[in-house]
Amino acid sequence: MEEILSVQNLCKKYDELVVLDGIDLSIKKGEVVVIVGPSGCGKSTFLRCLNGLEDIQDGKVIHDGEVINPCSGKLNKVREKIGMVFQSYELFPHKTVLQNMLLAPLKVKKADKKQAEKEALGFLDRVGLLSKKDNYPRQLSGGQKQRVAIMRALMMQPDILLLDEITAALDPEMVREVLDVVISLAKEGRTMVIVTHEMSFARAVADRMLFFDEGRIVEEGSPEEFFEHPKTERLQKFLQSFSYAR
Amino acid sequence: MGFEVLFKGNNLLRLFEGLLAALRISFVSVIISIFCGLIVGTLMTQKNRVIQVITKGYLEFIRIMPQMVLLFIVYFGTTKALGINMSAETSSIIVFSLWGTAEMGDLVRGSLTSIPAIQYESSYSLGLTSAQTYVYVIIPQIIRRMLPLSINLITRMIKTTSLVMMIGIVEVLKVGQQIIEANRKSSPNAAFGVFATIFFLYFIVCWPISLLSKYLEKKWEN
Repeated sequence: MEEILSVQNLCKKYDELVVLDGIDLSIKKGEVVVIVGPSGCGKSTFLRCLNGLEDIQDGKVIHDGEVINPCSGKLNKVREKIGMVFQSYELFPHKTVLQNMLLAPLKVKKADKKQAEKEALGFLDRVGLLSKKDNYPRQLSGGQKQRVAIMRALMMQPDILLLDEITAALDPEMVREVLDVVISLAKEGRTMVIVTHEMSFARAVADRMLFFDEGRIVEEGSPEEFFEHPKTERLQKFLQSFSYAR
Repeated sequence: MGFEVLFKGNNLLRLFEGLLAALRISFVSVIISIFCGLIVGTLMTQKNRVIQVITKGYLEFIRIMPQMVLLFIVYFGTTKALGINMSAETSSIIVFSLWGTAEMGDLVRGSLTSIPAIQYESSYSLGLTSAQTYVYVIIPQIIRRMLPLSINLITRMIKTTSLVMMIGIVEVLKVGQQIIEANRKSSPNAAFGVFATIFFLYFIVCWPISLLSKYLEKKWEN
């Protein structure tokens, strides 16, 4: 299968603190890669390096044959193709749901307004939020905001979607409505890199699991072997921390 | 009560002309301040030490100095020291713009820093350039945040223009004094009538501005 994103020896440091220590990864079209790991293991930072939000000290990220360079002026062109959704939604508070979705297509891609609007309404309908199109973000629940944020990213027709702990700020009962959307995206063959703490979701959605610890990929594999037969002790310990017994 | 002097000759008209002189100075200064304040405020958020020291020094200097002293320095000082001959109105506009820019700059800085970095990142992630991010995402938000405080600054600037009579500009308060002086014998109570009228004139100028601010705040509440 065609490779969409390639990461080679990625290193990220804050002064002396090593956050990412030589990451290699290749992501193919249509693949869903899920990253888990203890907090502070560098998984969110890794995701941010993939669309140039962080500068890197060594190695490179290549998207569709082009090196992503945080210092380059062409970064915005690459980012059009790499959608990102954040934990804190980050909708634009002064714009309605529909305006949020239309901003980038109209201003960046200079899309036709009628066409883009039709597409946006289609997306909203798909996630059951058509009636909210003229509402402002503050009038929505967290789960609704996050569904809008995902659809806003899709409006740019990205060829890869980065999801950074998108349910971590949500009340438990809203987690499902968001993750169901992500699963439906996986079913239609979207390429995604997902950082999450929701293990059962990870298992359901992933084609490949990665376990990050101390800035490295400690273990990777299919969801099956990853959850059933973890090889490394660190992953075994990590997975155990999610189960309870009395 | 002293209101009768207003209807003598063209006294009322003169008061209005005085008000216009004050408003002209405030209007021009406010426009300059908003524009320059945006630039200075943006500069203030830069990490560069030199820029920080300069902008901070400028802000503190302007804040500490009484506006009247600034007016005297610019109007009388520059004429003597630099040999520049500026009209009183130009001097006032310079002083009020310097003051307004400093205060407006600080408001812009405050609003800019109150917008979290991730809001920018979210916009960049959609492919917007940093110019587009400022124009469509950040500036509309800072304007909404700044509005109440800027309106307050603008009304303060309008009110403070009464100081410009100290450098010889015949604005509304000066006209008032002249009318009172001229009618000292015939209407000893003129002071009350005239100053009450001036009070009312300032009120009808500033009140709509604060109404507008309330309206916009309400409108943008969503």
